[in-house]
Amino acid sequence: MGEYALEAQGLTKTFGGFNAVTDVNLKVRRGSIHALIGPNGAGKTTCFNLLTKTLTPTSGKVFLDGRDITRLRSAQVARQGLVRSFQISATFPHLTCLENVRVALQSNHGTAYKFWRSLKAVSALNERAHELLGQVGLGHQAHTPATELSYGKKRALEIATTLALDPKVMLLDEPTAGMGHEDIEPITDLIRKVSDGRTILIVEHNLSVVSSLCERITVLQHGEVLCEGAYAEVSNDPEVITAYMGGIDE
Amino acid sequence: MTRYILLAVLAVVALIAPFFVYPILLMTILCFMVFASSFNLLLGYAGLLCFGHAMFFGAGAYIGGWLMKEGGLSIELAFLGAALAMAALGWVVGLISARRGGIQFAMITLAISQFIYFLLLRAPFTHGEDGLQRIPRSDLFGVVDVSSNLSLYYLVLAVSVAAIWFFYRIVHSPFGEVLRAIRDNEGRMESLGFVPERFKILALTLSAGLAGLAGAMKASVLQIATLHDLSFHVSGTIIFMALLGGLGTLAGPIVGAALVVLLTDHLAQFGEWALIIQGSVFLVVILFFRRGLVGELQAFLKRRVARA
Ligand SMILES: Nc1ncnc2c1ncn2[C@@H]1O[C@H](COP(=O)(O)OP(=O)(O)OP(=O)(O)O)[C@@H](O)[C@H]1O
Ligand SMILES: [Mg+2]
Repeated sequence: MGEYALEAQGLTKTFGGFNAVTDVNLKVRRGSIHALIGPNGAGKTTCFNLLTKTLTPTSGKVFLDGRDITRLRSAQVARQGLVRSFQISATFPHLTCLENVRVALQSNHGTAYKFWRSLKAVSALNERAHELLGQVGLGHQAHTPATELSYGKKRALEIATTLALDPKVMLLDEPTAGMGHEDIEPITDLIRKVSDGRTILIVEHNLSVVSSLCERITVLQHGEVLCEGAYAEVSNDPEVITAYMGGIDE
Repeated sequence: MTRYILLAVLAVVALIAPFFVYPILLMTILCFMVFASSFNLLLGYAGLLCFGHAMFFGAGAYIGGWLMKEGGLSIELAFLGAALAMAALGWVVGLISARRGGIQFAMITLAISQFIYFLLLRAPFTHGEDGLQRIPRSDLFGVVDVSSNLSLYYLVLAVSVAAIWFFYRIVHSPFGEVLRAIRDNEGRMESLGFVPERFKILALTLSAGLAGLAGAMKASVLQIATLHDLSFHVSGTIIFMALLGGLGTLAGPIVGAALVVLLTDHLAQFGEWALIIQGSVFLVVILFFRRGLVGELQAFLKRRVARA
């Protein structure tokens, strides 16, 4: 296997003449935590959508472990081991926390079509589901419907759901957005912990989270890569400083 | 515990009911309970609004009726045949429509149901506007006579209970869990490696099979199958039943079906006014009981428990 777990070549997305993402080249080293940052509207989420085939790129290619996945459907991309979370909390509101995670565990369990079986058929997954909920601090809310959770807890639940697939490469879109101070640190620790044996690409506005987690950072602006490097390099780059200072007008 | 007492009471009521109420009316209620449950499986548990759901009911009635009248099959085989044929139709409808969501799905199913309507209007065995009349109630397993209203009632009751149990099994199965997740957030399910339309197609197949069974039962009860059974009017009625009782609850659409059949029966004496009264009831429910009667009751009980 090559050095890079995830690679984008010349990724471009046009929405009716508007270039949301232009010629993005990105290489995410295996086993690393890589940040994608940039001002609002820079195209970060669109990049995620392209990488996971939630959107089809106008042009460009995506490689997972060196294999071209550009033509796969998003469900297939997930099955290949590239799983994302969403910026807008994507939970299943009328399912309990336990069910939220368990349904994700069903993805690799072979029970998903079994309409004639009772839920005993998936009770073997409960233990793992509880474990994942415990990891994100939802151990006591297993039977709470997701819709009743606070915003920050929903984000935590989404991370647990994403982890349920045991992905090789995990894309997290602003995992700590909307979380209170007390929640950010445990989630940061969790991300660090689960990064063991995985590759993570993360979009994050909280720069202290970025600096503590990420080895490498790619800065996006107006849909293009502005620069890439370690936190120290990037944060001293004059162009990046202007982009962030002048980025208000985005 | 209370649940078991409730079920026991229901069982007793169901068993003695035909001695107090006209069995044909009771059987009609049972048929619509099964039909409403099949609709609930789609809209309540999969988030699919099927605007032409009567096609499965109506065509199921024709097929069940035809199998008994012309095919000479015993009644349980006629039921089974109708259910399987409609499941197959549901599968085809799913292949065509499942990639679309929301209003597009609704419109496609409506269009297909109009097409089936036209097909059955023209087909030689349906006798056009007259419909299939004087459908015999063939013997159960070819030996047990169920031609009297009372004996047929117990058969229809048993089949309906089995059908509703099957519906319960589906929604409380691993598949049911996946289905509810797709209803809640399809995009997220896709990003977790599921292909939503496959599950929707299966849901449509199962739902159509149940609706076909309901239609075949109806054909044996009223001994007639007509184009009215697959008209838009019936598709609308079933939506009304499900919303009145409460979608996404097991009991809601079942209760809704019973209420609407009783209401229609009772209002028949008022002629044209029946529609106005029905419409007003619908309006009140939509405005004040958004979760349907059973849904509101459940929410009310839950609040009481939470306060206690
Ligand atoms: N489906 C779409 N159709 C049209 N324009 C879109 C669409 N999705 C995104 N855009 C536009 O593309 C640009 C990039 O959006 P994107 O959501 O990728 O930004 P982002 O970097 O994730 O921003 P934020 O930090 O606010 O999340 C924005 O100008 C946005 O309006
Ligand atoms: Mg974004």
